[in-house]
Amino acid sequence: MAASGGSLARYTALRLLLIIPMVFILSTIVFLLLRVAPGDPVSATVGGRLSEAALDERRAALGLDRPLIVQYLEYLGDVATLNFGQTITDNRPIIDIVQEHGGATLTLAVAAFVVALVLGIPLGLIAGRHRDTPGDLGIRVFGIITYAAPVFYWGLLFQLFFAGYLGWFPVGGSASPVTIFEVPDVTHILLLDAIIAGNTEAITDVLMHLVLPALTLGLLLSGIFIRLVRVNVLQSLKGDYIEAARARGIRETQVMRSHAFRNALVPVITVIGLQIALLLSGAILTEATFNWPGIGNELVQYINNRDYAAVQGIITMFAVVVVVVSILIDIINAVIDPRVRY
Amino acid sequence: MALAARVLSPFRQTTGFARWILLAGIVLVTGFVILAVFAPWIAPFDFAQTRYADGTRFPKGAPPGGDFLMGTTSFGSYDVFSRVVWGSRTALQVVIISVVLSLLIGAPLGVISGFLGGALDRVLVLVMDALYAFPSLLLAIVFAFLLSDLFGGGVAAAGVALTVIYIPQYFRVVRNTTVSAREATYVEAARAMGAPKRTIITRYLFGNVVQSVPVIGTLNAADAIGTLAALGFLGIGIQPGEAAEWGYDLQRALADAGAGIWWTGVFPGLAIVLLVTGLTLVGEGLNETVNPTLRRRKLRPFTLPPRGAVAFEAGKGQVDL
Amino acid sequence: MTIEETGPSPANTSSDLVLSVRDLRVWYGTERGAVRAVDGVSFDLRKGEILGLVGESGCGKSTLGRGLLGLLPTGAAIDGELSFLGEDLLAMPKKEMFAKRGVELGMIFQEPLTRLNPLMRISEHFSETLRQHEKGISKEEIERRSLEVLSVMGIPPTRFRSYPHEFSGGMRQRLMIALALVLRPAFVVADEPTTALDVLVEAQIIRILHDLRRDFETSLLLITHNLGIIAEACDRVAVMYAGEIVEIGDARDVFRDPQHPYTRELLRSTISLSTTGLNFIPGAPPDLVDPPPACRFHPRCPDAMNICATRHPVQRQMPSGSRAECWAADLRHGYADDLTDEDTRPLAREEISIADEA
Repeated sequence: MAASGGSLARYTALRLLLIIPMVFILSTIVFLLLRVAPGDPVSATVGGRLSEAALDERRAALGLDRPLIVQYLEYLGDVATLNFGQTITDNRPIIDIVQEHGGATLTLAVAAFVVALVLGIPLGLIAGRHRDTPGDLGIRVFGIITYAAPVFYWGLLFQLFFAGYLGWFPVGGSASPVTIFEVPDVTHILLLDAIIAGNTEAITDVLMHLVLPALTLGLLLSGIFIRLVRVNVLQSLKGDYIEAARARGIRETQVMRSHAFRNALVPVITVIGLQIALLLSGAILTEATFNWPGIGNELVQYINNRDYAAVQGIITMFAVVVVVVSILIDIINAVIDPRVRY
Repeated sequence: MALAARVLSPFRQTTGFARWILLAGIVLVTGFVILAVFAPWIAPFDFAQTRYADGTRFPKGAPPGGDFLMGTTSFGSYDVFSRVVWGSRTALQVVIISVVLSLLIGAPLGVISGFLGGALDRVLVLVMDALYAFPSLLLAIVFAFLLSDLFGGGVAAAGVALTVIYIPQYFRVVRNTTVSAREATYVEAARAMGAPKRTIITRYLFGNVVQSVPVIGTLNAADAIGTLAALGFLGIGIQPGEAAEWGYDLQRALADAGAGIWWTGVFPGLAIVLLVTGLTLVGEGLNETVNPTLRRRKLRPFTLPPRGAVAFEAGKGQVDL
Repeated sequence: MTIEETGPSPANTSSDLVLSVRDLRVWYGTERGAVRAVDGVSFDLRKGEILGLVGESGCGKSTLGRGLLGLLPTGAAIDGELSFLGEDLLAMPKKEMFAKRGVELGMIFQEPLTRLNPLMRISEHFSETLRQHEKGISKEEIERRSLEVLSVMGIPPTRFRSYPHEFSGGMRQRLMIALALVLRPAFVVADEPTTALDVLVEAQIIRILHDLRRDFETSLLLITHNLGIIAEACDRVAVMYAGEIVEIGDARDVFRDPQHPYTRELLRSTISLSTTGLNFIPGAPPDLVDPPPACRFHPRCPDAMNICATRHPVQRQMPSGSRAECWAADLRHGYADDLTDEDTRPLAREEISIADEA
C-alpha cells in the first residue's frame, strides 16, 4: 500500500496530456475573435501608410489571402511548434520579441513573487492564528485594499512618493542608459548579465530600478496570498488532528507550526502557483507604468498601434505559458501531497 | 415576507465583524451609486469640459482649490472632480451591463449543461475551465480589441467586452448545483411524488443558486471595475470622447508624476480603490452571512453559580450512606 | 464499594488512587445560554482500574472525558475538585496542567481517520510526542520506544514510516492507542474508541484496551454508549444522564441488580439474541441549557413520584453494592423515611406524544 512511483507517473502523464485540449481551446478563441472583425488586419493596422501593392504583399506574407479554414489549421500548426507568427507593423517574429524581452518580464515576475511571499505568507499565518482579533482585521483590510487598488495606481503612488518626493529610486526603466551600454548582452536578462560581467555599479543600478516595480506588483500579489493563507490556516485548525496533538501535550506553538501552518501551506502552494494569471496581467500593467522593457510593455505598444498579428501572437503565447505552468503546479502538488495521487 | 425572513435570518445570526464589513461596504457602494445617479447635479462641470460658460479656459494643471476641488489636469485642463464623479456613472453602467449579461448567458448554459450531461456537458466544462484559467485581463484585451472596431469605444462596448470573463463562474456554480440537485435525494423524492421536471429545477435549484449568485456577482463587479480601469489605462477601454473613465485618467497622470503633480492621479485612483473595496466588502460580508460554515455564532456569556445555589437542587451533591 | 467515594476528597488515603473527582462541573456557552454538560459529577479511579462511562448521546460523557484533560472549547468553564495522583489539576496554572498531557494523562479519540495528521508519517507523530516531553532524546531511543509500543498493538515495524491514509480504520485506532501510551500515562480516557469501527475490529480494540492494565498499568475511563463493551471490559460502570452520574458501581452488580430506573431501562433496551420485542425509553434526552428541575430523569421515568419533580434525590449506597440517586430506589430499600404520602404519589404527566420526540 506504500506510494508507488507508478501512480505519480500516471498522474503526471494525465495532467500533461491536458495541455493539448486547453491550448487548443484558447488558441481557437483568440484566433476566432481576431478574425471576426470586419476588414483585414493588415489594412486596419498599416492601411493608410503603405501602397496597395505593399499591403497585398503583407497580406500574402501573413497568409491572409487564403481561406479561413486553411489559415486556422496553419495557425494551429504554428502554435504547436511554438511559432506565434510575426507582427504587422514591423515584421518582427513574435519569438524574437519573447527572446529579447522575456528576461525583463521574468526578472520582474520573480522579484514580485518573492516580495509577495515574504509579505503575504507570514501575515496570512498570523491572521489565521489570531482570528477575529484587531490584528487579524487589520491584516484582512490591508489584503483587501492592496487588491482593490489597481496595480498601476500603486505604481503611480510609489513613483510620486519614493521617486518624485523622496528621490530614492528612479521613476522608470530597467536601468540607466550607461548600464545598458556597458553591460554585454549574454542571457537577455539584464540582472544576470550585470552579475556575469561583475560590474557592481551596473548591478546596483539594475537593482535600484527593480525595487519600485517589484514592490508594486508584489504588493498586489501579497493581498491574494494573505487571504489564501489565512483561509487555509482556519481550515486546518478545524482538523481533528489538532485537538489530538494537544491531547498528547504538544505545546501550542509547536501545534501551530507543525500541524496548523504546515497543513495550511500545502494546498496554498498550489493555489499560489495558480496565480500565474494574475501575475501576468499585473506584470503587463506594471511594465506599462514603469516603462519596464518586458513583453508586456511591447504588447501595450502593439495594442496602441492596433497590430492584430502581434496581439494575437503574444496573447496566444501567454495562454500557452499559463496552461503549461498550471499543469506543472498540479504535478508539483502531487509530489508534495501524498494523498493527491490516488 | 416569509422569504424575506428566511433571507435575513442568517444575517441576524452573524457576529459583529461580518455585519460591520457588510455595512461598510454597502455605505461605500451607495455613495458611488449616488454619485453616479446624480452626477449631473453633483459634478460642477461636464466630463470633457475645458472652459467656463463664458468661454474662459480652465487653468492647466492647477492644484486643488477654488473652483476645482481636486484640481485640473495638465492635458486638456479638465476638472478632476467632475471627471471623478462622471467616472462613477461610467463605471457602474459598465459593470451592471457586464454582470447582468454574464449571468444571463452563464446561468442558463449551466442549467442546460448540468441537466443534459453527456458530451455537451463535458465540452462546455472544458471550454469554461479554459476560459476561467485564462488571465482575465488578456481576455478582456482581446474582446476590447475586437469590439472597439465593431462598436466603437463607448460604455456598451466596454460592458460587452467584460462579459465573457465572468460567464464561467456563473456557469460553474449553476451547473454544479444542477448536477448535484439532479442526483440529490430530495429531488428523487420530489420525482417520486410526481413533481414535473420543471418544478424541480425552478424550486430546488433556484433556492440553492440564489444564495451564491449575489456573492459571485458583487465580487465580479469589483473585478470588473478594476479590469475596466486597466483597459482604460492601456488605451483600449472607453475612449475619452465617449465618457469619463478613471483608468484613462490614471494613464494620463503618469506623465505628471515627474513634475510633482499628484492630484490628477491620486483622486481617480482613490475612487477606484474605494468602489472596489466597497464591493469586495459587500461580497465578503455576504459570503460570511450566507455561508453557514463560515458563520461564527455569538456565544452568550455565563458564570458558574456556586454549588448548591439553586433551590430545587437542594439534596443534589449530598451523599448519604 | 470503597469508602473513599463518599464525602470530601481524601488526602491521599489510598496509595493506589489515581483520580479523585468531586462535584465537577463543565459548562460551556452557546447562543441560547450555558449548556450544563457536566453538572456535579463525583467518582474515584484506582490504579489499573477500568471505569466505564455509559449514557445516551448528549448526556455529557464526552465533555466529561475531555474536561478531565482540559480539552475544552472556548467559552467553557470548569469547576470542582479534580485530584490526579494527589495534585489538584484545576488549582494549578493551566500550562502546568497541559504539560501533563501525553505523559501522565492520555486520550484516545473516536474517529481515528481524522485524528492523525495526513501529511506526517507515523514515525514523525511519535518523534514529535516523545521529543515534546523528553528533550534531548535520541533518534534511536525514539525508534526503540515507538516500535516497542507498536508491537504490543500488533503493528509491524515495516509500517513505521508510512502515512496515516495507508492504514485501515482498525489499525489507525491501534496507532492512536500506541501514540497515547508511548509515554506510559497513568490515566487514559477512551472516548467511544470503537464507535466508528466495524464489529470484528471493535472486539480486537476492546481486547487491547482491556489488556492495558496488564501491559501498562494504566487506569482507563472508557466512554461508550454500548453496554456490551462495558460488560466485557470494565470493572466498574458509571451511568450518566443529563450531566449527572445517576448510578455507579461494580459492573456485575449494576447489571445484575440495577437501582436507577434509567439504568434499568437502558439494560432493557439492549438488543440481544434473546430479544423478542423492542424496548425504548419514551421521550428525548433533556435540553442541557435548561434541564428538568430536581431529578432530571423524572419526565421520562416510569417510577416517577411527586417528590422527584421537587427535590433532587440524594446519592446513597444501595444494598446491591452500587450507589445511586433515586427516590424510588430509596423507598424500595426503606431509606427515605421522611417522605410524605403526597411526596410519594406517582407523578401526573401529560402523555409523551410522538411529536415531542421529534
